Amino acid sequence: MADEEAPLLIAEGLSKWYGRQLGCRDVSFELYEGEVIAVVGESGSGKSTLLQLLCGELTPSAGKVLYRMRNGVTRDPALLGDAERRFLARTDWGLVHQDATLGLRMAVSAGANVGDRLMAVGWRHYGRIRDTAAGWLDRVEIDRARIDDSPRTYSGGMRQRLQIARNLVSQPRLVLMDEPTGGLDVSVQARLLDLIRGLVADLKLSVVIVTHDLAVARLLSHRIMVMKDGEVIESGLTDQVLEDPREPYSQLLVSSTLPP
Amino acid sequence: MTVALELREVAKTFTMHLQGGVLLPCVAGVSFSVQAGECIVLAGPSGAGKSTILKMVFGSYRCDRGRIVVHHGGQCIDVAGASPRQILTLRRGTIGYVSQFLRAIPRVPALDVVAEPLVANGAVREEARELAGHLLGRLDVAQRLWALPPATFSGGEQQRVNIARSFLPDLPILLLDEPTASLDAVSATSVIDLIAERKRRGTSIVAIVHDPDVRDRIADTVIDVTRFAVAA
Repeated sequence: MADEEAPLLIAEGLSKWYGRQLGCRDVSFELYEGEVIAVVGESGSGKSTLLQLLCGELTPSAGKVLYRMRNGVTRDPALLGDAERRFLARTDWGLVHQDATLGLRMAVSAGANVGDRLMAVGWRHYGRIRDTAAGWLDRVEIDRARIDDSPRTYSGGMRQRLQIARNLVSQPRLVLMDEPTGGLDVSVQARLLDLIRGLVADLKLSVVIVTHDLAVARLLSHRIMVMKDGEVIESGLTDQVLEDPREPYSQLLVSSTLPP
Repeated sequence: MTVALELREVAKTFTMHLQGGVLLPCVAGVSFSVQAGECIVLAGPSGAGKSTILKMVFGSYRCDRGRIVVHHGGQCIDVAGASPRQILTLRRGTIGYVSQFLRAIPRVPALDVVAEPLVANGAVREEARELAGHLLGRLDVAQRLWALPPATFSGGEQQRVNIARSFLPDLPILLLDEPTASLDAVSATSVIDLIAERKRRGTSIVAIVHDPDVRDRIADTVIDVTRFAVAA
């Protein structure tokens, strides 16, 4: 049964200090396969620090991350060798940045962007890589005719969809997203959210999504963690936290949002 | 008789931190049980706590005190103390909830809104769509609407999509918050027939229904929620 399965990702007492400045403190949670957790809170609450700790971009001041590898063994990614960790990051994990230019290679074609991860896992046949990339462009609703164009020529929404295709082509199990819909027009956001929602369900992805937009959390997540001043102050089922928030700050956050 | 759902001494108080921490006692001492195939209707004026009780059973509201025990497949789970994962599991296989309003998802066609819970439980998408279409047809939702997202539908059409979505997976416990409020007489009758059919198959139902005619046609037991009111 699903309940007896081990978590895919475990955060244990993660803390990060930037000198004397607190990034986040003592964050612990477990993420299971197919589960989506939204981390909400305002700017400076420690959401992005947490995401960077999870993906290994930052080293924690205390605590650790544990990840269940494809062979079933749960390991601390920080203790893997460089090559093994890089391989994990390029195949089994995805990272979707708010700023697509950080997640894409802007100087190469869209097709090459999607093909990168396939090359990383040893694909060498150009035709197959190109076909697979084209299939992924279809899936994220980008016209195949644009496969040879650079993402510089793409709109914000298209870049974000391309970034998602680039990440998902290797069939990762864990995807971390940092404000994936931030800075996009509302209609573009809706399309992107719907796309993410469908892909997450179809591919049974486990996702940690950082967002300040409660409507995004409502639509995509099973559970919510509310962060304030670097700490998780409340967590629970998404509808429970949004409809019956317990902490003063969560109540403020929920009541400050116009109903979608 | 088989008990499907049991509430024991359930209480709920809201703490309004933004209003200086004022406490709003809502209900206390809520105790009742629902048998398989039984329909309990919660009655009482607006604000008496009827929806709050349903939401606590579904897990959308936290329960401050007491136990909410769900029996299913030889297991008992206390929703009041369950983990989020346990509650999500209950929602997939045991408890359905029809809210007063459909929370429309942008761009998803009505047919997929209805089929989605089945697909999430592992059904083949095409088969789930076929069943969804059948149920939408029974509820008189015009076929030309099936491929459209329900956001632009009328209130009654949205409500029927909402009902179809919760009734399709054949869950043993259904919580219904005003399922017929925005429906015309013909559609309301289709919903009442659907409820009666489910009851015969052993589904337990807790409903909030203001319309006395509808209430008489579905209720086995009526519970006046004002008896759970907290003395101010």
